[in-house]
Amino acid sequence: MLASTGPDGKVLAGGQSLVPLLNMRLATPEHIVDINRLTELAYVSVADGQVMIGALARHAQVLADPVVAAAQPLIAQALRLVAHPVIRNRGTTVGSIVHADPSGEMTAVLALLGGTVLLASTGGERSVSAEDFFLGPLESDVRPDELATQVSLPVLGARAGCAFAEVSRRNGDYAVCGVAAMVELDGGGGISRARAAYLSVAGTPLIADLTEACGAGAGADLAAAGRLAMARVSPGSDIHATAAYRRHLAGVLTERALAGALAHAKGRSDG
Amino acid sequence: MASASEQGGITQSSPGLFDISLIVNGAPQAVRVPARRLLSDCLRHDLRLTGTHVGCEHGVCGACTVLVDGVSVRSCLMLAVTADGARITTVEGLTEPDGTLSAVQQAFADCHGLQCGFCTPGFLTTITAGLAENPDPSPDQAREIIGGNLCRCTGYQNIVQAVLRAAELRREAGLKREAGLTREAGLTPEAGP
Ligand SMILES: Cc1cc2nc3c(=O)[nH]c(=O)nc-3n(C[C@H](O)[C@H](O)[C@H](O)COP(=O)(O)OP(=O)(O)OC[C@H]3O[C@@H](n4cnc5c(N)ncnc54)[C@H](O)[C@@H]3O)c2cc1C
Ligand code: FES
Ligand code: FES
Repeated sequence: MLASTGPDGKVLAGGQSLVPLLNMRLATPEHIVDINRLTELAYVSVADGQVMIGALARHAQVLADPVVAAAQPLIAQALRLVAHPVIRNRGTTVGSIVHADPSGEMTAVLALLGGTVLLASTGGERSVSAEDFFLGPLESDVRPDELATQVSLPVLGARAGCAFAEVSRRNGDYAVCGVAAMVELDGGGGISRARAAYLSVAGTPLIADLTEACGAGAGADLAAAGRLAMARVSPGSDIHATAAYRRHLAGVLTERALAGALAHAKGRSDG
Repeated sequence: MASASEQGGITQSSPGLFDISLIVNGAPQAVRVPARRLLSDCLRHDLRLTGTHVGCEHGVCGACTVLVDGVSVRSCLMLAVTADGARITTVEGLTEPDGTLSAVQQAFADCHGLQCGFCTPGFLTTITAGLAENPDPSPDQAREIIGGNLCRCTGYQNIVQAVLRAAELRREAGLKREAGLTREAGLTPEAGP
């Protein structure tokens, strides 16, 4: 189907991003291929250390899945910040990743966890890793004749914890700045690895390794990690926020997300 | 999740025009629509159900919210052809057949949950679905339910009150129904929860 519509064909999943673009006449595709009847793609499952999300799984369905929440808590932490419940009833998680909005929470999750996207066309299937998937703002590595069928995200390790922190103008709005953080503990309660993904500060999700800034041992220096984050990001200004304010938020939210991830990791390894 | 949509038999009648069937507020409807017709426009223009309001047409205000197979969705972000075969409930369908207001509608009247009324149809449908999912919301959960709807008049306080009041009315109605049923069945009603 997509092969026959050529470069002017567009997949319609939840429509929560595409239909606004159509209504505002920002996109005028010649053909729309509605995948909403492919109900066999409305699945979420966990197997072999991966959470697998099918193309027609709505945000609400993924968010409510207890098996997913236990396997990789970052997914639910992020989805709670994606829009409002009514938008989440229709919007698909795979669609939000393909849409590649630099303010989309799930793009940061894919990047931070190093997930993969499965793409299918009449020519066959290919799998693209997170680092190659995002090409620019609203641009991902999906060819016009391809359908993204599934996103896979690794489950959270035993001594690891994660947290999402963001600031938006109103509850449910796109983030002015957001940080997803993950820490791994060594045997003695110190941090062996700390990484964070940033949204709304660059055209594609930005990843920072904060392990060294946090320092080894039990007394982690989260403030230093926040300062490193402020130095690493170079956000832009727009009608929602100035670049300086976004940079400030990147620092504050880094500390907040790392503290949350650290507490989460400690709780999980004690429990 | 099997839905009524699997029963839809969509056909293209002439280039660009599609015959779809919907069940709107319980009544089957056959409509011929262009591929690009929004569900909101289909309801308002083709079916003349103008209770569904359109404020922004890009998903932000919530005025156009309807229930599709019981789930709250933005009708301005759904194509009518995608809804083929679905059961749609609009604000007109919330009222009982005899004209009695639903619990949510009654609560809006009781709590002065509206002023100009433009946003009201979207709040009523959103809250109806929200209470079906969470029948006993805390004040914070009530705010979460309506968090995606905009109102330019009320300042929201009375709408939050109305959500809590509607939950109360639903509980009362449920208890009454239970009491009625147990009496009919000839059983002694047990002490309430
Ligand atoms: C008011 C409002 C607030 C929002 N707030 C947020 C927010 O805070 N954070 C956030 O992340 N998102 C937000 N969103 C967007 C929402 O998450 C969307 O659901 C999501 O971005 C796109 O998913 P969709 O299924 O609706 O995709 P669609 O709108 O159907 O499609 C989006 C794009 O992706 C392509 N596409 C979709 N699925 C596939 C597929 N399987 N294969 C190939 N191409 C595909 C489409 O062709 C299109 O180009 C908001 C939306 C609204 C209306
Ligand atoms: S008209 Fe649909 S959300 Fe505003
Ligand atoms: S009552 Fe006027 S917009 Fe809500």
